[in-house]
Amino acid sequence: MLTTDDIARAVGEAIATSAVTLRPDVLAAMERAAVEEPSERGREVLGQLLDNARIARADRVPLCQDTGTVWVWVELGASECLNGDLQAAVDEAVRAAYRSNGLRMSVVRDALGDRANTGDNTPAFVDVTVRPGTGATVHVMLKGGGSDNASALAMLDPAAGAEGVRRFVLETVSAKATGACPPLVVGVGVGGTFDTVGKLAKKALLQPLDAPPVSAAAEALEARLHADINDTGIGPGGLGGRTTALGVRVLSAPCHIAALPVAVNLGCSAMRSATVELA
Amino acid sequence: MSDPIAITLPADAGRLRSLPAGTAVVLSGPVFTARDATHARIVAELERDGVLPYGLAGQVLFYAGPTPAAAGRPAGAVGPTTAKRMDAWTPALLAAGIAATIGKGARSDAVRAACERYGAVYLAAVGGAAALLATHVASAEVVAYPELGTEALVRMDLDAFPAWVAVDATGADLYAVARGEWERGPHR
Repeated sequence: MLTTDDIARAVGEAIATSAVTLRPDVLAAMERAAVEEPSERGREVLGQLLDNARIARADRVPLCQDTGTVWVWVELGASECLNGDLQAAVDEAVRAAYRSNGLRMSVVRDALGDRANTGDNTPAFVDVTVRPGTGATVHVMLKGGGSDNASALAMLDPAAGAEGVRRFVLETVSAKATGACPPLVVGVGVGGTFDTVGKLAKKALLQPLDAPPVSAAAEALEARLHADINDTGIGPGGLGGRTTALGVRVLSAPCHIAALPVAVNLGCSAMRSATVELA
Repeated sequence: MSDPIAITLPADAGRLRSLPAGTAVVLSGPVFTARDATHARIVAELERDGVLPYGLAGQVLFYAGPTPAAAGRPAGAVGPTTAKRMDAWTPALLAAGIAATIGKGARSDAVRAACERYGAVYLAAVGGAAALLATHVASAEVVAYPELGTEALVRMDLDAFPAWVAVDATGADLYAVARGEWERGPHR
């Protein structure tokens, strides 16, 4: 049976690796873009980002100085029974990993009142869902502030349809991308409720760029949005070019008959996440 | 694209004024890191005393919060943070004598107007290239607010740090110009 320590260990290892290693699918897409990008300044930016990935990996230094907040999503097998305090175990793993790997402490105690730095990058933001079977899948994302700030959510009327979803995502990216460190990974969630659609967009960022779309509708929206976003001309670093996004991933979910929730969560050029399977 | 122009700070800060938006530069010499909490402190001292604290007049602010020293370098990773969060404070700082700022992302109309009015420039570096950019930082020394951790005011000596003039001293904006060059419409 799994324990909270097993999950905490997986979280600590995922933090150490993902802080210094660009996701393979993101690296591959960036390497392609560096060849295909027609803007000279855009190619220079992409060249710096590829050099950056090489230096971070070789020297074990963070890809980005914003080593993020830690989001942990545990998909727990229904047959498992975790003893102990998962939040406390994960926070301890975050504390240890951020200290021993020289990562930046970027969490304040309270958004509204006491904005003092907690000094150890805790608390982690932890979600647990249950799935059939045994074991667990542990997803970890180090989410930078600049790209999270450039995200948005809307409760559309169903009449707006897929076209309304497309327009909302495009308007958000068009207005906010320069500060979100393009080339972006764009995560889109459609459906669920007000509180869950943002998480759906974040889960979309976990999907590798080269993984198959979840549905024909998602595939159509991903392809159209990717072309539209690159047509904005924002480009690498926001300094002009054709590579504004490396990819768009869409997840959808059931929702109320009156609803069409949509959220877009932007991932930066140093998109950092890892998924660990625990047997 | 022509070779980047080498700028040695703070002596060449005046030369930045003559460079049009889009010019590639490499910066050497001191800059001072300042993020959100740092700005609130500096501006409070400026309002209280009427002058910039810590000898910042004529100097360059770098919007950045580094990670700890690593790999034999004073910061393991250090790159620009989103500049627009500093927009509310920037006109007052440029009026008081800050020569240039370094960050990432587009600025407000008020900051562009302040750059034109005070002959200041905004330089953009590549966000997310912080491991690479850290190799262009020769030294780092806390000047003030050590209790702010990564948001402390830190003097960093740069060595050929790559950037572009993003808002020049006429208020011209690289982000708008470059986007216009590569936009393919209608994308709505």
